[in-house]
Amino acid sequence: MTATMEPSSKVSSPRLDSKVPQTDDIANMWENHKFSMKLVNPNNKRKFSVIVVGTGLAGSSAAATLAELGYKVKAFTFHDSPRRAHSIAAQGGINAAKNYQNDGDSVHRLFYDTVKGGDYRSREANVHRLAEVSVNIIDQAAAQGVPFARDYGGLLDNRSFGGAQVSRTFYARGQTGQQLLLGAYSALNRQIESGGVEMHNRKEMLDLVVKDGQTCGIVTRDLLTGEVESHSAHAVVLATGGYGNVYYLSTNAMMCNVTAAWRAHRKGAFFANPCYTQIHPTCIPASDDHQSKLTLMSESLRNDGRIWVPKEFDDSRLAADIPEAERDYYLERKYPAFGNLVPRDVASRNAKTVVDEGRGVGPLKNGVFLDFADAIARDGAETIKAKYGNLFDMYANITGEDPYSRPMRIYPATHYTMGGLWVDYHLQTTVPGTYAIGEANFSDHGANRLGASALMQGLADGYFVLPYTIGDYLADKLGDGVVPTSDPVFAAAEAEVADQTNMWLSVNGTKSPEHYHRELGKIVWDRIGMARDKNGLEKAGDEIATLEEEFRKNVRVMGDGTSMNTELEKVGRVSDFFGLAKLKARDALVREESCGGHFRVESQTEEGEALRDDDNFSHVAAWEWNGEGADQTKHEEQLEFKHVKLSQRSYK
Amino acid sequence: MSENNINITLDVWRQNGPADKGHFETYEAKEISTDSSFLEMLDVVNERLIDDEKLPITFESDCREGICGTCSLMINGQAHGPNKGQATCQLHMRTFSDGDHITVEPFRAASFPVIKDLAVSRAALDTIQHAGGYVSVSTGSAPDANLTPVPKDAADLAMDAAACIGCGACVAACPNSAAQLFTSAKVNHLNLLPQGQSERWKRVEAMVDTMEDYFGTCTNHGECYEACPKEISLDFIAFMNRDYVKAKIKNRKLAGQK
Repeated sequence: MTATMEPSSKVSSPRLDSKVPQTDDIANMWENHKFSMKLVNPNNKRKFSVIVVGTGLAGSSAAATLAELGYKVKAFTFHDSPRRAHSIAAQGGINAAKNYQNDGDSVHRLFYDTVKGGDYRSREANVHRLAEVSVNIIDQAAAQGVPFARDYGGLLDNRSFGGAQVSRTFYARGQTGQQLLLGAYSALNRQIESGGVEMHNRKEMLDLVVKDGQTCGIVTRDLLTGEVESHSAHAVVLATGGYGNVYYLSTNAMMCNVTAAWRAHRKGAFFANPCYTQIHPTCIPASDDHQSKLTLMSESLRNDGRIWVPKEFDDSRLAADIPEAERDYYLERKYPAFGNLVPRDVASRNAKTVVDEGRGVGPLKNGVFLDFADAIARDGAETIKAKYGNLFDMYANITGEDPYSRPMRIYPATHYTMGGLWVDYHLQTTVPGTYAIGEANFSDHGANRLGASALMQGLADGYFVLPYTIGDYLADKLGDGVVPTSDPVFAAAEAEVADQTNMWLSVNGTKSPEHYHRELGKIVWDRIGMARDKNGLEKAGDEIATLEEEFRKNVRVMGDGTSMNTELEKVGRVSDFFGLAKLKARDALVREESCGGHFRVESQTEEGEALRDDDNFSHVAAWEWNGEGADQTKHEEQLEFKHVKLSQRSYK
Repeated sequence: MSENNINITLDVWRQNGPADKGHFETYEAKEISTDSSFLEMLDVVNERLIDDEKLPITFESDCREGICGTCSLMINGQAHGPNKGQATCQLHMRTFSDGDHITVEPFRAASFPVIKDLAVSRAALDTIQHAGGYVSVSTGSAPDANLTPVPKDAADLAMDAAACIGCGACVAACPNSAAQLFTSAKVNHLNLLPQGQSERWKRVEAMVDTMEDYFGTCTNHGECYEACPKEISLDFIAFMNRDYVKAKIKNRKLAGQK
C-alpha cells in the first residue's frame, strides 16, 4: 500500500462544520446553546418519526427519551431483546462529577481529566458538556431503580477508578453496565407498553437510505425470515457500538460489529480516527487457538491488586516461589505517583514490553501477575470478596485457578474503540438527519478513554444531548412528510441488500466466514495493535487486501437466506470489517505521531511514552467514502484547546 | 492426542425451522481442548461440519461471559449444564471427561417455540417486563440521587434480584414451565426499593397476570433455583406472592372507591 503523505493543512475542512458555539465561556456554552436551538412544539413532536438503531445504553436511553418527549420512535436491535446489548457486560462503573466524597471533584475537573486522559485529541466543547450532564445521569438512573452500591447511611458509595485521583465512580457490584442497561431498558419498556416506541427485535440494519442529501430511512433484514424491509423516518440515530471485533479476539460480544456504521459511511457519513482503539490492560490471556473471545477483568481490580512480573527472564517458578526481591512491580517502579492506576494505554504498553522481553507468566508466557496477597493481608479475604467476589469467581471458572491463593494472570486485549462516525456538536454525522451516539461516534474520548467513561458517554448522548439537538434539525422539517417506502430510492436499496445476500450464498468456497475473521484479526492485532510502525502498517494494507480478495472468492456460506442463518449474518459483518481494517491501517499510517492508544514506535519520549506532535496532528482525521475500489479522502477538523493546557502526559 | 484434549460424543437436537418435527443427530467431537468453553467446542464442531459441506448447528450466544443471557441449551437434561451458578457460555470442557456422551437440546417450554435447532424465542419474557417492569420517571424529572437514601440491606437485596439475566433457564428447568423465578426477580428488584413504591401494587399485579398468560403454575419444585446461573433466591417468589395477594385486595378496594 502506498499512502500519500500530505502535510496537515492546519485549517479545518469546510466539509466539517463542528457547530461548536463561538464563545470562550465554556462553562455556560451548553446552557446557552440549548436556548439558541430551535424547539419543536410539544403537539408537533408526534408528527416526526425517528429511527433508533441499537438498544445498548445510548440507543435505549435515546429511544425512551425521544418517545417521552412525544416523537414517534421505531427502535431496532438484532438481538432477541433490547436488554442483550453489549453495554450489559460493562463491569466497573460510571463517572459523575457529583463530588459526594468531598474530595475536590467538580465538573471542571472531570472535563480536564477526560481531555487529558484522551491525550488532547478530543473536542473540548463536547467533553465539557459530557462532564456537566454526568450528574444528571446518576439522578436519572437512581430514580429508575438502578441498585447502585450504598453506604450504611443509605447514600451512594463511590470508588476511585483507573486514572482518576478522586472517587467519582458509581457502581453496582461488578455489574454496573448490566444495571444501567436494565434501567434504560425499563424506560424503553414503559414506552413500548404505551405505544411511544415501536420495537423491532431480531432485525439488522443493512443500509442507510439517503435521498437528495437528506436521511430518509433504513433497510433491514429480518434475521428469522430473511425478509428485507424498508423503514422511513425524518431522522435516523445510529447507536450501534464500536468496531473492536475487527481484531477477532476482543472483549466485545460475539455479534458486535461495524456494519451499521460502515454502511452509513458508504452512504456519505465520514468515519473519524479509526486508528484509535483502546487495548484494555486487565483481560484473561488467551489459552489456545479455539479461543472465541477474551474476558475482561474489571480494572477496578487495579485499586487493590499489584501488578508484577519476575525480574528474571523466562522464570517458570510459581508466583509463591518467587521471593519479594526477585519481583518487578514495574508500574509502581516506573510511575510512583500513579502506580498500578496509570491510564489504560500506559498499563497495556508496559505489559506488552515486559512480555516481549520474555518476562511473561503462565503456560504460554503471555501474561503478567495481578496480585491480591497484600490487599488480602491488609483488609481480609472477606472484604476483598465483597468488593470483587464475582470477578474472582469468573476468573477461577475460566482459568481453573484460585485468585485468592495465587495471583491472577492478565494481559491486554482490545476493549473499546474511540474512533467512529464523525459527528458535530449536535451529534449529527456528515449526512443531514443521521446521528451517531455512544461508542458509534468518535467525539468525547480522544485517543484514549478513561475508565468508567463509556457508560457515562452512552447515557449522556442518549438521555441528555441527542433529545435536545435533534429538535433543532426536525424543527425545519415541520409539514414535511417522510419519504414513503414505495419511493424508488428504497426499492434500489432493498435490491442491493437482496443482491448481497444472494451473492454470499452463491460463492460456494471452502472456508467459513469465521476462518476469515480469525485470519483478519491476526493481521490487525500484529500490525495495528499496541505498537505500530510505518513498515508494518504498509504491510498490513497489502495483507488485508490480499486476504479480502481470497475471502470474496473462497468463503463458504452454508444454508439459505429465508430462515435463521448465523453464517449469513456473519459473512456480511466480516466483509465490512475488511473495509474498516484497510481504513484503520491507512489512518494509523498517516498519523505519524503517538497519542493515547495509538502508539507509533517512531514517535516516543526517552521514557518510552507516547510522543504527540501537536503542530501537525492536533486534528481529527475524518475519511470520506469515494466508492468501491477508490481510496477514501481524508478531511481534517482542527482541535482547539482554550481551556486545557496541552502537556506531555506523565504519570511519574 | 494432547493430554489436555478429550473425545466426546454429542447427541444434538436438529430442527430445521418451527414447523419441522425435529430429531437428534450424533456427532463425534474429537480432540477437544479441555480449556475451551462448551460453546467453543460447538464452534469447532460447526467448523468441521462446514468443512464437510453440512449445515452447522444453530445456537445463540453473544457476550460469552455469563451476563447477556443470550445462550441457553439443555445439556444432559440440565439447563446450562451440570455446574451451579453458570450460564452455558461459562461451562468449560474440563467439566467433562474423555469418552463422555452429551445430549444437547434447546430450552423447552410451550412459550419458548423453537426457531431452529437449539435457538428458541424467549419473547414472552419481554412481554412480562412491558407490563410493569419499570418506574415511571421520565428523563430530566429525577431529583438529586442522594435525596432518597436507600438502606444498604434493601439496596443489596434489590441488587440480588436485579442480577437476573433473563435467560429463561428457570422456565426450561421447571416441570410446569413456570416463570415465577424470572418474574419475581424483576418485580422485587423494583418493589424492594423506595423508588419503586408508587407503582408497587400495580406492578406486581400486572406482571404476574401477564406471566400467567404465557407460563405454567408454580408448585414449589425449586428446579428453577437449581438451574439459575445467577442463583436468584426462591425467597423472591415468596415476596412476590405476598405482594400479589396484597395487591389483589388493595387494587380491588381502590376499584370499589371509584
